[in-house]
Amino acid sequence: MNETLVLENRSAPVRTGTAVRLTGVAKVHRTDRIETVALSEVHLEVGEGEFLSVMGPSGSGKSTLLNIVGLLDRPTEGTVEIAGQAMNGLSDRELAPLRNREIGFVFQTFHLIQDLRVRDNVEIPLLYRRLPRGERRALAEAALERVGLSARMGHFPAQLSGGQRQRVAIARAIVGRPRILLADEPTGNLDSRMGDEIIAILEELNREAGTTIVMVTHDARLAERTNRIVRLFDGRQVQ
Amino acid sequence: MWIHVFKIAYKVLLRRKFFTFVSLFGTGLTILVLVVVAAMLDDLLAPRAPEVHLDRTLQVSRMAMRGEQREWTGSPGFGFLDRYCRDLPHVTTMSIFTVGQDVATFVAGEKIVSQLRRTDAAYWRILDFDFLDGRPFGESEVTDGAPVAVLTSSAARRIFRDRDPVGASFDAGGQTLRVIGVVRDVPFFRSSAYADIWAPYTTAATEDYRTRLMGGFQALLLVDSRARFDEIRAEFASRLPHVEMTDPEHYDRMDGGPWTRLEEVASEVAGTSDESERPRTGWFLGALGLLALLFMLLPAINLVNMTMSRIFERVSEIGVRKAFGASTGQLVAQFVMENVLLSVVGGLIGLGLAFWVLHLINASGWIPNADLVVNYRVVSYGLLLSMFFGVLSGAYPAWRMARLDPVQSLRGGER
Ligand SMILES: Nc1ncnc2c1ncn2[C@@H]1O[C@H](COP(=O)(O)OP(=O)(O)OP(=O)(O)O)[C@@H](O)[C@H]1O
Ligand SMILES: [Mg+2]
Repeated sequence: MNETLVLENRSAPVRTGTAVRLTGVAKVHRTDRIETVALSEVHLEVGEGEFLSVMGPSGSGKSTLLNIVGLLDRPTEGTVEIAGQAMNGLSDRELAPLRNREIGFVFQTFHLIQDLRVRDNVEIPLLYRRLPRGERRALAEAALERVGLSARMGHFPAQLSGGQRQRVAIARAIVGRPRILLADEPTGNLDSRMGDEIIAILEELNREAGTTIVMVTHDARLAERTNRIVRLFDGRQVQ
Repeated sequence: MWIHVFKIAYKVLLRRKFFTFVSLFGTGLTILVLVVVAAMLDDLLAPRAPEVHLDRTLQVSRMAMRGEQREWTGSPGFGFLDRYCRDLPHVTTMSIFTVGQDVATFVAGEKIVSQLRRTDAAYWRILDFDFLDGRPFGESEVTDGAPVAVLTSSAARRIFRDRDPVGASFDAGGQTLRVIGVVRDVPFFRSSAYADIWAPYTTAATEDYRTRLMGGFQALLLVDSRARFDEIRAEFASRLPHVEMTDPEHYDRMDGGPWTRLEEVASEVAGTSDESERPRTGWFLGALGLLALLFMLLPAINLVNMTMSRIFERVSEIGVRKAFGASTGQLVAQFVMENVLLSVVGGLIGLGLAFWVLHLINASGWIPNADLVVNYRVVSYGLLLSMFFGVLSGAYPAWRMARLDPVQSLRGGER
């Protein structure tokens, strides 16, 4: 019950603190023979309410960076702080609820569960909180309304266009009102008109709910619309 | 959450119909066999008519008489039961009766073999027979050695054909008995009640039985509460050293005790040779459980293999759930739960099949008068077993699935 209260408070735009702070973050993939450096020496601070884009060539470590910020992946070096709290040394059990409350993900390939209706897909993050069913449903419907898909709640993902699927994915990412939204090439599989629609939704979320957004994109035109651009090259921050 | 798990489980089932069919079929057959066995054990061990008080009944049906050189194990004798087993504390009713004995009746030149028991009047009070006609014999008929008999309806039909049996006489092993009652047939597994013909024990051809310590009889002790069993056993044991031996040259002591039906069956199966020790039912039940487990293991391993080969179908889902806050433990729970649901559906199919198979067994005459049923106990065994089977076949795949790396799981893949 406390949880919801905190969430409600957070929906008001607060632009004071730091949402994400990475200090000296490195990620090295070690297999028997080779060592791949996916990230090294990344120092990054994302302010609360900021809309940031990450750009860089393929293989430069953008997804790795996002996964580390999203607590899905652990850095091999350096520290990650979310809202001032250090994440080092937390177990999977401790990280899972943090991901649930603080982070929302949007993926290039949507990753909707084909077997579930739109509404049930959107409810997924709420399943891992102790919320009554009615409340879950209401929140999911509100999130779908927000992305303009109220009319499609009973559809299955396969019955939707790419742009609509990505909107469902965004609804799923924001349904739990996370502090931070992480989008990995959210427009990568969409044509430019649908891509613009998606960016417009993200901008509105950023503006109105004060959600901090970190978006990976290859599209300079879209990146220009955000507050700040971070560029990666070979796992290093170049700007 | 459960509704969600249910929805997903249902969809996963529909996704691969062949897989679903094979796994439901496998689970169903496994549960079918286990349920049939459970129904037989239930028939044997649970209080069912006429043995309605089985749960608070002790039986003295196997004793040993020992000496330096000799040992005699088997059913006790009337002398022992009558002289040393009466008036045990908390025993409300005691009945002494013979083990079954085959007797022949000739009807129009045809030999009909029936099983005859000679009993006292208390027998009819401890056991609840369903009288279709007439009545049981009472104390005075037993005291007087009245040549009367109670028959099962099928024995009556074999002997009297279409004639009304009550009041009619027939010859059983050279003795003429008059029918005073007809009861419904008794299933074979109700072992203290099973017989075709009952007559007062005083109708026995000779009086020898009265003093014998061993041979031919058994007793039922109806106790006011099963909490008293140990007290009764202790009193029984304390009486044994005082038994006056009828053949002291060869024998010097008697061993044994009042046992429950379960203990009786356990010692029968284990072939216990030492009557002085109480049969270890824990071992028996443990062995039964182990057999059931072994029986489930092979189909479970099969299912594990099938499930493992389909993990790839759910990789993206696993990544998504983790990204949105599911811990590994929660995912394990979800996948195990899904599998348990699947197994319970399979189990229900198994129960349905068992219903039919038990009906066939009952009708086949393979077990005399079999009355195997799927009652609430058997249903709950079936459901428990199928849940267990679900955990058994679901735990490993669930554990493997839940441990997938979310970063890898979410990489690429058109969804
Ligand atoms: N599990 C792994 N084992 C070895 N190397 C890996 C692994 N995961 C990622 N890498 C390497 O890390 C580097 C960064 O990968 P990442 O996916 O972050 O790139 P990216 O910038 O998102 O690329 P793209 O634009 O193509 O999505 C790449 O060189 C990649 O090959
Ligand atoms: Mg990438």
